[in-house]
Amino acid sequence: MRFIFRSLRTRSAQQRLIDIVSVLVLSAGAVIILIPFFWMISTALKQNGDVFLVPPQWIPDNPRWENFSDAYAQLKLDVYAFNTFFIVTAVMIGTLLSASFAAYGFARLQAPGRDTIFMLLLATLMLPGAVTLVPTYLMFNTIGWINTFLPLTIPAFFGSAYFVFLMRQFYITIPRELEESAMIDGASVYRIWWSIMLPLSGPVLATIAVFTFVGTYNDFFNPLIYLSDESKRTIAVALSYLSGSPRSVAKMNLMMAAVTLSIIPPILLFIGAQRYFVRGIVTTGIKG
Amino acid sequence: MAVSTGAKKQKQPGWQARTEAFHAYVFMSPVILGLLLFTLGPMIISLVLSFSDYNLLNEFHLIGTDNYTKLLSEPLFWQSLRISAIYSVISVPLGLVIALFLAVLLNKKIRGIYLFRSMYYLPTVISGVGVAMLWKWIFNGKHGIINIALSMINITGPNWLLNENWALVALIITSVWGVGGTMLIFLAGLQGIPYELMEAAEIDGANRWSQFRHITLPLLSNVTFFNLVLGIIGALQYFTDAFVITGGGPNNATLFIAVYLWRHAFQYLNFGYAAAISWVLFLIVMLLTLLVFRSSPLWVFYESERKGK
Repeated sequence: MRFIFRSLRTRSAQQRLIDIVSVLVLSAGAVIILIPFFWMISTALKQNGDVFLVPPQWIPDNPRWENFSDAYAQLKLDVYAFNTFFIVTAVMIGTLLSASFAAYGFARLQAPGRDTIFMLLLATLMLPGAVTLVPTYLMFNTIGWINTFLPLTIPAFFGSAYFVFLMRQFYITIPRELEESAMIDGASVYRIWWSIMLPLSGPVLATIAVFTFVGTYNDFFNPLIYLSDESKRTIAVALSYLSGSPRSVAKMNLMMAAVTLSIIPPILLFIGAQRYFVRGIVTTGIKG
Repeated sequence: MAVSTGAKKQKQPGWQARTEAFHAYVFMSPVILGLLLFTLGPMIISLVLSFSDYNLLNEFHLIGTDNYTKLLSEPLFWQSLRISAIYSVISVPLGLVIALFLAVLLNKKIRGIYLFRSMYYLPTVISGVGVAMLWKWIFNGKHGIINIALSMINITGPNWLLNENWALVALIITSVWGVGGTMLIFLAGLQGIPYELMEAAEIDGANRWSQFRHITLPLLSNVTFFNLVLGIIGALQYFTDAFVITGGGPNNATLFIAVYLWRHAFQYLNFGYAAAISWVLFLIVMLLTLLVFRSSPLWVFYESERKGK
């Protein structure tokens, strides 16, 4: 007994040391993660001539705050922000509606072939998007959707595999009694989905919403191939045109000001909805 | 209640099941349509296209396996395979190890741990063109902070993005910055490991390394498996950073397979040829995924085995 006690005591000292080392390592890592952001803001605040000073000024002597308004105006960020938020909103509505609707069928109703369809859907998670890229592009080209927001938004209404899976996993944890008593009262399955299941799904819907927001907001490839008019670009595409070749370093301060502005929406969302990001990963049930 | 539904079922069991199936299909219809319109249909068309010379200007002709033979004799195609392979072989295991290491550290009960967790996850939320541009500036040969930091310890850094040997290294470093997603999945897995197991091992005198080696790693192997599969698929489709940061250059030194595909599809409009590239990529991903799945009994340990079910 005494032996165990003593070993526990040395263990707790050991534990303490390990905790201290862990905090040191984590802090070092956090610095590595934050330095790029610091460098970004530092560059964004510099006068044009100060950007290339050697050694660099980490905190600019005379910060130029107008860089942000200049970047906003010169890059027409208002137009691109409108386009981006239009697309993001449409994709969010489509994803939430289709995932929650389809998942109810997979979770609650019996039909021949249901499980095969579900497995097929899950298999698409491992399908490289490249393999459907060319025909999908040609299809949208044939129906005249190129250079519109339609190819970027309409597919969201057809259910995204991962989110259908997430919703289904959630639905099967809801007790059936609620639905059964509604059914006795004569409610249709659609009414049950809309007025019983949906109101209970708040947290999962929020999780899907934040992931959809971030994914769509940061998406570069699809807007790049489907939108050609300058006035239709999204923030991501507009930024990439700004970026030019690896040799170009012109107006780096304005560029970094634009980048800083562009990452504000996802950062705000992350700060406000952190727990939903974490929940999304925990509720998938992959932890075994 | 149970009686009444039972009675109904007895009355018209076939009718009941058929209505239920009908409603099930209505609910599943977006997914079924989506699978047909955006996955299965395009896959079949893409396979057919890959045997054709279709390019928006030409009529559609079937040309047999010409695209594939041309592909196999094209040095740039092999170059893109090589680049994607090097990138995957380095960045996937490196990402897994770093993510797991961070997850273990972040699984401790220390004050301020939630702040650390958020910080490490942050880069995942803002991945995209903006951050790619930021990296381009960071790796700038003359004025980027990496080389400025290196010069402080008297090392002349390479001109990262304009140097054929270093450009890929720069992209791999960039990818490590974004391990937050993988880290969080590991963390969720770690939190699912029962504390009693660790306690028992500790009382049995197991040291920390053997606890990690013999308890944590096996119990986490299904999470590792999940991360590995997603990591391989992601790495082989890596596009945005390469496109924005290096544009596939210098001299095709970062010509990833997805960038090569993009060029043929949307710059040269060689849709048949691009479809062939996408099928080769698809087969490689399938093969690797299959390999990982096949190897999983050797190293993935499932909960049910432990419970002896």
